[in-house]
Amino acid sequence: MYVAVKGGERAIENAHKLLAEYRRGDKDIPELDIRQIEEQMSLAVSRVMTEGSLYDKELASLAIKQARGDLIEAIFLMRAYRTTLPRFGYSVPIETNNMQISRRISATYKDLPGGQILGPTFDYTHRLLDFTLAANGEASLSSHEAETRLDKSMPRVLDDLLHHEGLIQPEPRPDYEEQQPVGDITREPMEYPTNRDIRLQNLARGDEGFILSLGYSTQRGYARNHAFVGEIRYGEVAVEMVPEELGFAIDIGDIEITECENVNQFKGSKKALPQFTRGYGLTFGQNERKVISMALVDRALRDKELGEEIIAPAQDEEFVLSHSDNIEATGFVEHIKLPHYVDFQSELELVRKMRREALQNQAAQEAAE
Amino acid sequence: MTEQQRVDSYNFAYLDEQTKRMIRRALLKAVAIPGYQVPFAGREMPMPYGWGTGGVQVTAAVIGPEDTLKVIDQGSDDTTNAVSIRNFFAKTAGVPTTDKTADATLIQTRHRIPEKDLREDQILIYQVPIPEPLRFLEPRETETRKMHALEEYGLMHVKLYEDIARHGHIATTYAYPVLVNDRYVMDPSPIPKFDNPKMNEMAALQLFGAGREKRIYALPPYTKVQSLDFEDHPFVTQEWEDICGMCGADNTFLDEVILDDLGNRMFVCSDSDHCNERQAAGHLGPLNGDASYTPEAAE
Repeated sequence: MYVAVKGGERAIENAHKLLAEYRRGDKDIPELDIRQIEEQMSLAVSRVMTEGSLYDKELASLAIKQARGDLIEAIFLMRAYRTTLPRFGYSVPIETNNMQISRRISATYKDLPGGQILGPTFDYTHRLLDFTLAANGEASLSSHEAETRLDKSMPRVLDDLLHHEGLIQPEPRPDYEEQQPVGDITREPMEYPTNRDIRLQNLARGDEGFILSLGYSTQRGYARNHAFVGEIRYGEVAVEMVPEELGFAIDIGDIEITECENVNQFKGSKKALPQFTRGYGLTFGQNERKVISMALVDRALRDKELGEEIIAPAQDEEFVLSHSDNIEATGFVEHIKLPHYVDFQSELELVRKMRREALQNQAAQEAAE
Repeated sequence: MTEQQRVDSYNFAYLDEQTKRMIRRALLKAVAIPGYQVPFAGREMPMPYGWGTGGVQVTAAVIGPEDTLKVIDQGSDDTTNAVSIRNFFAKTAGVPTTDKTADATLIQTRHRIPEKDLREDQILIYQVPIPEPLRFLEPRETETRKMHALEEYGLMHVKLYEDIARHGHIATTYAYPVLVNDRYVMDPSPIPKFDNPKMNEMAALQLFGAGREKRIYALPPYTKVQSLDFEDHPFVTQEWEDICGMCGADNTFLDEVILDDLGNRMFVCSDSDHCNERQAAGHLGPLNGDASYTPEAAE
């Protein structure tokens, strides 16, 4: 006899136990320590902190361990934790001019004040599997210390160098920010059309892969705005906050960030003279792929401001901003595995009815012929 | 009813009080403008978008220690996601939970309205995936908001008309659009159109939460809710040739259950509580002890 499915509760509990076993894998292999993840999977940690919108390496490492290395799942764990945290206030804008630089490059000048600082980069490695790592052997790890110190002043390529000739789009504080503080997409629902503060926040926590592909599409002619990396810098900056009871800014810690400013060709429009235009990208930790892509998409989304025709997906803010969040996307995409049998039942009835009608019509036609 | 022990490490019903206040404000606005979608700053919840985060946030904002909660998915209290959401509130709010529609003060639902009539002292909370009824006709939010503001629903009527022209009837079976209080066209969430008439003039307050899309809307008690139709093609609900195999009901929404790979199937009420109650009251269906019918005899 038919018995309605029961016992969902026990099934869920057992599934969770099994999941924990799968996460652990073979118990003869030592368990991962979250410190190991933090130190040796630092780029994964960077991504999870950025898209999780929470700067905490230890929690990000825990999330990666708990998510069995599924970074979107780890980002989700960070987001869900983040929403439960009280909001003490907002920091003073970070000052990337004063960054403790680990890497700083520009594609627009060969040599520039402050110099090109390669830092820790995959850029010129040959992608050959290193079997000494597989054997847990390690090549010599001591890097050479430079004889000269970095310049104290590390001028910004766009603001300090290109700006002199007036060739680069000026970046004044926008009018709307005078009347209202910078938006917060974690506290206010998105409403269109948006301003750039909202767009940049959305892109910063947006999925790396999605932003990468959109950025790529602009290079392939879908809203082409030929871009160069004006400057990328990666390093540590101080975060400051003004506690109400003190009335002045205090340093609450350092964070690692990557920042990118792109320079784009612009032929001019009715609204603006020919000039170089800008795109901006910023992430926690080190993630150049993301900041460069973000800067491309940011630039593409400035179409209205520059009086450009909207012809491509990357320029369409509603399209870009409503599909960039991988937690929203993965949830809605994956939810179609949840039970839908009530809907499906309704569809079954409909398809049967429509088939019946179609067959009757066919039969009637054949009879008439 | 099951009494539960609350976990102390989170605030009552998980969300902090500030967030609840923000959601309640959106709810008040939604009740004041029936069928209008109110944007709200939806939070990330500890379950994925698409699993009912909107409904969960609304429930968290209105639930109190005195409430008794029922959670259904596809009409049933026993589907895995209903179990999971019920446990979530049992754990974070410590409220009693129930399977009995009549005993619940709050009912969170996905894709169904209970068969039993709801009362004035009950609240029905729907989980909503896509709150915008016009979304599949016009993907842009900027456009659809304008269409609602101007009461410009021609596109929807054209779509329904095209269905009739092509199929002879309206080919929408769930999430069938409704007109609320003679003003806003509203998505009833993906309930089967069988349930649409229950929304009209319902005694209970109906709240709708769309977490991913960050929208809340509502139907105050006794609100007029009409399923869209035409004078010469009036709205009709689904009908089944079969009756429930378990309780013999002939007026409920039936799920089809595949019995084997030979095409044999039976039908059973999707509302499991309603079905159990009928069986307990002695109503038996053909597959449940009705002597005139056995699976063997059917073969």
